[in-house]
Amino acid sequence: MCHQTVSLVARHLEAHGIATVILGSARDVVEHCGVARFVFTDFPLGNPCGKPYDVAMQRAIVGFALDLLESARAPRTTVQTPFVWTEDQAWRDNYMRIEPGGPSVSTS
Amino acid sequence: MSNSRGVDPTHRTFVSYIDKSREYYLARGYGNPYRWACFHEVPFVPLKPPLSQRVVTLITTAHEGVDAPSFRSAYSIPSEPAPTRLATDGLFWDRLATHTEDLDSFFPVHRLEEFVRDGRIGQLARRLHGVPTEYSQRKTIERDAPQVLRSCQEDGVEAALLVPL
Repeated sequence: MCHQTVSLVARHLEAHGIATVILGSARDVVEHCGVARFVFTDFPLGNPCGKPYDVAMQRAIVGFALDLLESARAPRTTVQTPFVWTEDQAWRDNYMRIEPGGPSVSTS
Repeated sequence: MSNSRGVDPTHRTFVSYIDKSREYYLARGYGNPYRWACFHEVPFVPLKPPLSQRVVTLITTAHEGVDAPSFRSAYSIPSEPAPTRLATDGLFWDRLATHTEDLDSFFPVHRLEEFVRDGRIGQLARRLHGVPTEYSQRKTIERDAPQVLRSCQEDGVEAALLVPL
């Protein structure tokens, strides 16, 4: 839901002359809404600017966003950063997992 | 079948939160799926170069303090001094996989300060901003986005980085 909120705000700013870029991890929500520029990092929700305390990764991801601010020539420009959360991809299934007996994971 | 990174090539590689949330709430008996914002027209304004002379702000969905229910309107905080923490209680993020103890992992104000020092960005705006996450798209569009715009215009903002949790 946070991704939708910032997408709506970004659209409003962009329509009034302020260039925007979103840094996020919920690609479908942002692209469904439609924004000018989007830097996608394929991480669990919570750290779209890089892993905690990994300054080099955070600088790289923010750097991608600054580059995109300058380079985008049309709306809906998405750049995916090269970072991988873990080799184990279980986090993708664990979020909002529906167990046989019903939903079991609290998300907030 | 999965590849070397454990990704199932019969599914899209990234998580679809629209699909996941719909199926999750359907399984809990909520049969009226949320209608996500979807637009065909997308506003776009080129950034006037160079970025090294532009005023940049940062916008988050995290909130001040620790009491999530009190966070119901857009807010602004000074960029100098930069905040040391923001709260993420009550927001949707993956508590099983990670944490939000490092501010810069979701609000990279110190990374932006470094880019200002390096000359990559002209300057950070006088204020940074937060917006409440709303199920009501109307509240965001009609109440919060205009408030953020007014603050940005007052501060001479030319570019904004927006970071959701």
